[in-house]
Amino acid sequence: MKSLKKSLLSAAVASVFAVSGAHAAGVSDDKVKIGVLADMGGVYADVCGPGCVTAVKMAVEDFGGTVLGKPIEVVSADDQNKPDVGSAKVREWVESQEVDAVTGLVASSVTGAVTKVLTDNKKIALISTSASHAFTTKACSPYNAHWTYNVVSLANGTVKPMVQAGKKKWFFITADYAFGHALEKVASGVINGNGGEVVGAVRAPLGTTDFSSYILQAQSSGADVVALANAGSDFINSLKTAAEFGLTEMMDVAGLLVFTPNAQALDPNIAGGMKLTTGFYWDLDDQTRQWSARFKERHGSIPAMGQAGAYSMTMHYLNSIKEAGTDDSDAVMKVMKANKPNDFFARNAELRNDGRMVHDMYQVRIKKADERKSADDIYEVEKVIPGNEAFQPMMAQCDFK
Amino acid sequence: MATFLGINLFGLFGQLLVGLINGSFYALLSLGLAIIFGLLKIINFAQGAMYMLGAFFAWMALHYMGINYWAALIVVPLAVGFIGVMMERYLLRPIANEDHLYSLLLTFGIALILQGAFTHMFGSSGMSYAIPEELKGGNRLPFMYLPNYRAWIIVASLIVCAGTWYMIEKTKLGAYLRAGTENPSMMQAFGINVPLIVTLTFGFGVGLAGFAGVMAAPVYSVSPDMGSNMLIVVFAIVVIGGMGSIGGAILTGLGMGVVEGLTKYFYPEASTTVIFAVMVIVLLTKPAGLFGKEA
Repeated sequence: MKSLKKSLLSAAVASVFAVSGAHAAGVSDDKVKIGVLADMGGVYADVCGPGCVTAVKMAVEDFGGTVLGKPIEVVSADDQNKPDVGSAKVREWVESQEVDAVTGLVASSVTGAVTKVLTDNKKIALISTSASHAFTTKACSPYNAHWTYNVVSLANGTVKPMVQAGKKKWFFITADYAFGHALEKVASGVINGNGGEVVGAVRAPLGTTDFSSYILQAQSSGADVVALANAGSDFINSLKTAAEFGLTEMMDVAGLLVFTPNAQALDPNIAGGMKLTTGFYWDLDDQTRQWSARFKERHGSIPAMGQAGAYSMTMHYLNSIKEAGTDDSDAVMKVMKANKPNDFFARNAELRNDGRMVHDMYQVRIKKADERKSADDIYEVEKVIPGNEAFQPMMAQCDFK
Repeated sequence: MATFLGINLFGLFGQLLVGLINGSFYALLSLGLAIIFGLLKIINFAQGAMYMLGAFFAWMALHYMGINYWAALIVVPLAVGFIGVMMERYLLRPIANEDHLYSLLLTFGIALILQGAFTHMFGSSGMSYAIPEELKGGNRLPFMYLPNYRAWIIVASLIVCAGTWYMIEKTKLGAYLRAGTENPSMMQAFGINVPLIVTLTFGFGVGLAGFAGVMAAPVYSVSPDMGSNMLIVVFAIVVIGGMGSIGGAILTGLGMGVVEGLTKYFYPEASTTVIFAVMVIVLLTKPAGLFGKEA
């Protein structure tokens, strides 16, 4: 009986070693497979979507197409901005199609669902375009890497300097769902923490066409600044209406989340002069211009920040596999965090233990019509915000070493 | 500021006026739908896509051909109307005798194809279309700042709505149309070309959506999903107004704009739902709609 127990135990121990041993070296399933999950045809298609697929494919090609002698494959899928669609796809990817890491990841609601599936399966989430900071705070995971930006960096980059410059009273026009609420909450914290106050807020349902009613309310609020805590066409529609009703002449309007395609879609006479924060701008220096030109040649438009981020994080992921000598998620994450990402996108960068990639953010101003040399010439970079000022400090419970 | 029961009256007037502006926009959109829906008994789910086409055509006309806003107001509705005519003649007529569900699904499919094609061609972020020079600026009323373009929306849509109502309800052409849809075989016996009337009516209804699209281009984002956002609300308005009632669609459009505007003031979170709540109440108490005739 005793010997049976002993042999059972030793078999169990051996099997554990056998399993971890298989993962500790080499590439599982003889390939590294990266899934790109994004909204491919809906409201957020321009800010990541097919452009993220292009960026990831560029990274794979630039890396050489193979890692540790094994081929690198890229697959992609449309999440339609629906958490159930996204998580079902990712479950299929990791459980039956040997996907090792998932990137893209746009709508925060989808990312929330998908990162749970990935963490359960010990696969890496390379988050390029989601705004919520939950993935490295209250929903943090040792398998999350959040790259481009988050709501905290937007609030610190855009709101803080304005409050400090004396714009104390704020009014919010907020998209009435998780992302908008998070952005409003974080930005309000920054406002109150710097001696300002929030004098009012309206929650406009997602997809609102006419914002004139909200603009009137903002006008009569007595605020110094009207903050638009929304994105995509909500942002465009609300800003257009603000300009039409003369709000932009009475008070400052701050766009809290503006992607380059949105800024390009706006009339420069309306949007010109507005300040915002971005994680990447194509026309920063030679390095960014060079990469962006290659991207534009393939994709047809200048990169949005999440697309540049998708390239950067894919490259860092592949480099880390090479150095770790394996595609085992734990080993790769360790190398990703140990080595500082450094490329055209990631400046003064570090992937913290909580999965937050801290890097320089940029405060930019939208150029007026007469300042623009071409259709792509949309921002003037006014200030570089160092990563440690832009992002939230690490929470103790998220310190995954 | 003047207040009443703790409500800022100036703010309230502002909201009422804004509601009326949106309402006149709704009226314009629901008018086209009501004509197609009420007279031809076709549930045209592509009406939103036609509205989107109108806005995009205006943008294309300006950027590719240099056709300005005022010319676009005439040319674009004609172009969109022509697409409607083609759609009726070659897609809807072959299934005219089938169940209404067939035309509903067909038009829904067309809407999805158009929306997908435009997303593919222009992306999802949309295009910008400037307010014409003549209508820039605005006037400061005692209680709000009224942009000239919004005032123009009220004027233009009331003219078009009143004109359409007059044509259908009071002229001989309108009488043919109503009779032709009421009893086609009888009208045909009188020597009236009923299929032609049906085609032209459909084209006219669709052209109205194109007109609304041009009107919308300067103030809303010209994007592929602009129509689908609008369509369901406009359908609800037609149902509330009473199917087949042209005047009902116009008045309900105005009224619902005001109701929605007030909701945005008092409880913004419900602003996209309130019209549907009204629809439920109306259907429960007056199934034919506010201005509809009981069958």
